Amino acid sequence: MSREKIPQLICPAGSLPALKAAIDNGADAVYLGYKNDTNARNFAGLNFDEKAMREGIRYAQSRGRHVLLAINTFAQPGRDADWQRAVDGAAEMGVDAVILADVGLLDYAARRHPDLRLHLSVQGSATSYEAVNFAQREFGVRRAVLPRVLTLAQVENVITNTSVEIEVFGFGSLCVMNEGRCWLSSYATGESPNTVGACSPAKYVKWEKTPGQMTTRLNGILIDRFDDNEAAGYPTLCKGRFEVGGETYYALEEPTSLNVLEILPDIARIGVAAIKIEGRQRSPTYVAQVTKNMRAALDALAREEGQYRVEAAWQSELSKVSEGSQVTLGAYSRPWR
Amino acid sequence: MGKKISIPKFQLPAIIARIGGKLPQWPHTMTLIAGLNATVKMKLLPVESLSVLEGRSFFVEVLDTGGKAHFTCRDGLFRPLFSPAQTPDLAFRANLSAFMQLLARQEDPDTLFFNRELSIEGDTELGLYVKNMLDAVEWPQLPKLPGFSH
Ligand code: SF4
Repeated sequence: MSREKIPQLICPAGSLPALKAAIDNGADAVYLGYKNDTNARNFAGLNFDEKAMREGIRYAQSRGRHVLLAINTFAQPGRDADWQRAVDGAAEMGVDAVILADVGLLDYAARRHPDLRLHLSVQGSATSYEAVNFAQREFGVRRAVLPRVLTLAQVENVITNTSVEIEVFGFGSLCVMNEGRCWLSSYATGESPNTVGACSPAKYVKWEKTPGQMTTRLNGILIDRFDDNEAAGYPTLCKGRFEVGGETYYALEEPTSLNVLEILPDIARIGVAAIKIEGRQRSPTYVAQVTKNMRAALDALAREEGQYRVEAAWQSELSKVSEGSQVTLGAYSRPWR
Repeated sequence: MGKKISIPKFQLPAIIARIGGKLPQWPHTMTLIAGLNATVKMKLLPVESLSVLEGRSFFVEVLDTGGKAHFTCRDGLFRPLFSPAQTPDLAFRANLSAFMQLLARQEDPDTLFFNRELSIEGDTELGLYVKNMLDAVEWPQLPKLPGFSH
């Protein structure tokens, strides 16, 4: 398969060392955010101040790679200016694209910075080609990131009916509730990814260790209880075990990770432009491990499409860093819609 | 390219923890604090991060050596705590191999946490802050030792 048709590899960077790890291990682009609530991974101590961002942009661009800046939360009432300033800063620093979700902000960016490349964030919740084409017509969006809820056939249907580049998730923790439309975190804490930039903010999370067990609570609500030898997951409501009809189980979602290595040839064949790795909250080590293995897989695909085989070493490295004990194809392989 | 030294996952026999727990905890507490303060003096930790740690109490326990260290951060420097509070603001517990893998950036803290090899208790937000602060440190390049490169 020719090189141009191999999807680009888009990797997360929550810090400068993570950004460098991504670039050094073969990312085509990195995505990152400011140290504030203008992005959906607004965690204590994470992300970039201006100095680190300039250095990161220099590091990536001088190696021919791209930097995508996520400003993908929704402008909060009375504070539009903070989000607009974030977009102005992105344009001024010379990032290769901004990833936006808020239509008001998309409109602002399109008018104020006509040369700035716009990507529609997964938080924008565009699941159909109509939604994607709307964003293209109204704001000149060049790429859209699809939520992790579509089957491969549905992704293909979007691609066939739009000229906007399509980016999909390829690896990482799953957020199943059609990103951008999930209210679980707000229900428990009053704060959600779209408002404060974090699902289940850390200040509401309590891990309690008792002999033989660990208990997780979110704002007092019991989310899960793990035995000492059981794998743990992120403290989000969607991944908790709840009692429903007398049975206690993962009522909403198992704490699994997405991994598309097995269907990489299909993803390339249907024309996906870019594959995104989740995990800006993870360390440089994770970024290096995942980027290296995804790069190896994409390169193998570029060399020998017909003979592409998932190597056991890639799979085991990737399973090791996953949340929960299993990796799945997520919705891509789901028989139902 | 420099070849990384790979730290395997191991667990020391329980007897070591039993003996280690009875030894004075000062020597390694001081070593840990000296290491942290060296990082501060080399300006590897951002000043605004240190202000978040100011006055908070920390506890690090190496499970399989029995080593325990209580410390705090005062006036921008780390200091041992002589009479630690009952429950520290933040406690990290793991076996020696997990701590070594973390420091060498060979394993990711979340991975170790999911696999239950690293336990973090106390103020979760503070824990996240410390984790992200350490992740953002750009360690100076270690000199390439002839034995470790190829
Ligand atoms: S609760 Fe789960 S599905 Fe909802 S935003 Fe958080 S991670 Fe996503």
